[in-house]
Amino acid sequence: MRFLAGCILHGNSNMAIHCSRTCLQYLIHLAHDNVDFRLPEIRSLLSLRGKSFDPCENFKEKSPFWRLNGLSEEDVNSIMARTVCAKSAFELWGHGRTHSELRTSLLKYPTENMSPFLQKDSTYKINVYTFNKTLEFEDRIKKIDAMEYLSFEGRVNLKNPKHIFCLLEDYGTDPNNIPDEPLYIYFGRWIADGQRELIRSHSVKNRHFIGNTSMDAGLSFIMANHARVKAHDLVYDPFVGTGSLLVACSHFGAYVCGTDIDYNTIHGIGKASRKNQKWRGPDENIRANLRQYGSEKLYVDVLVSDASKPIWRDGMLFDAIITDPPYGIRESTRRTGSQKDSVKPPEDYVGDSHVPVSMAYHLSDIFTDLLNFSAHHLVIGGRLVYWLPIYRPEYCEEMVPLNACLRLVSNCEQTLSSHTSRRLITMEKIKEPEETDALAHLSDPHFSPYQGHNAFREKYFSGISKRTLTGKEETNKMAANGGE
Amino acid sequence: MFCILRVYAFFSSGLCGSQATEVRVSEVEFNPNFVSRMIPTLDWSALVQAADGLGLLQGLPAELVTDYEKNEDFLRKVHRVLLEVEVLEGCLQCPESGREFPISRGVPNMLLNEDEA
Repeated sequence: MRFLAGCILHGNSNMAIHCSRTCLQYLIHLAHDNVDFRLPEIRSLLSLRGKSFDPCENFKEKSPFWRLNGLSEEDVNSIMARTVCAKSAFELWGHGRTHSELRTSLLKYPTENMSPFLQKDSTYKINVYTFNKTLEFEDRIKKIDAMEYLSFEGRVNLKNPKHIFCLLEDYGTDPNNIPDEPLYIYFGRWIADGQRELIRSHSVKNRHFIGNTSMDAGLSFIMANHARVKAHDLVYDPFVGTGSLLVACSHFGAYVCGTDIDYNTIHGIGKASRKNQKWRGPDENIRANLRQYGSEKLYVDVLVSDASKPIWRDGMLFDAIITDPPYGIRESTRRTGSQKDSVKPPEDYVGDSHVPVSMAYHLSDIFTDLLNFSAHHLVIGGRLVYWLPIYRPEYCEEMVPLNACLRLVSNCEQTLSSHTSRRLITMEKIKEPEETDALAHLSDPHFSPYQGHNAFREKYFSGISKRTLTGKEETNKMAANGGE
Repeated sequence: MFCILRVYAFFSSGLCGSQATEVRVSEVEFNPNFVSRMIPTLDWSALVQAADGLGLLQGLPAELVTDYEKNEDFLRKVHRVLLEVEVLEGCLQCPESGREFPISRGVPNMLLNEDEA
């Protein structure tokens, strides 16, 4: 941080003047999916390093290329070791709207910053990356050859070079209108790739134990990042289901525990969720999932428990609470209670109850309870990350539940259908609860707007019965949760 | 696979008087950092009582040691009862009501019946 005091100039073309290594800009190349979730993820990861998000002028959040100031190479490596939203990061040497501007920019870049990587005795290669356009091999070679004004003294080694450089061309975001020439060009030294490989390696398709609503791998890692989960943390999921969120958190070194009202899911017994499978096998439980990915040592416990009646002591604190509460669509919302409104048991019901009587757990109550629980059981600075189901025609920002002890950090929408979506809400605990806080939410204006969502299940299905569910919506629903 | 001692120490209403018919002790990688961070959240006397009840006290002191962060020997003892000892079959009992919560296949069932809720 102290370096920045001496670095007065932020701009691009001014960078060359009086710029030490600490005033470098870094280019982050982001994947073009879960676009709304990217900025909160990168911000959260930066804050783990004590750094803030400081983009260059003309920053466009939807663009796949972000230029960031105020970071060290270590900061960038740390972020790339966690992010599933970013593909790669580069130390930016030059940029411009045309190759001529790029050249000018590169020739202004301090040679003392370049020369360590252009040494005679080292090896290198140059990649060409084009966003929103496919380039023929010969054209790529031409572009590389056109960079000969840079004094590369080492030898080219395509298999295992010491240094990798990249020429990145941005052809815009409209696949139906691809320009002949790029809209913007960057050149930099490759630092690191992100963790998008986790999306494939931890795919729910290959996981031993899944359920109808197991969280898609990419989103579960995004959630762990929004929650700033780190090694040696203790993380809790009060609607743990098959433990997908715990798998992601344990990957980043946190100890994990969870509870669920569903006895069969916690014990890993009953009907299987896979297409060709009737019953769950012996290796199907949360612990087995952690074992599959080598994080069994981080397994603390799972218990059968009703989230509306928390079992934890005062003084029991978690570093993060990460969860996907039931929406009442594919899993019912349940709580234990008396016979006031009796509810039919769900269809996939196996064996005897273990839940004495199920009554509807009203959606708005789930979130009020969850926020209240988090206010009491998070460490200061700890985060709550959860999904809030939304009926889009009635949504307004005011209906996001609030709590006096938690500040709202981010709210990212994932569309499920034309009339429904879910929002990933991230909150951070800023103070301990006082007695006066307990009833404050009842007079809170936010308390009533979300009440309408108690009929979320009816709204969800009424929209569908009015017209046939299109194939795309069906795919979106399935894709949203990665289940089969 | 439930470690009664962890959860026990974490539970509200001071659950104690656990019984176990099947206990397992396994090896889990020792992480002094994590154990140190957990200690302030534990009900120490409850933890000691539970360990004693299972016959697995093994040198765990009745009072919390000062300066435990640097005491590897002590941390290893705590690690053992927190992460390595598991009650597979047994129950937890509430000291106030006497209500028992069964533990099967290592998972406690904390659900109340309709007349209790």
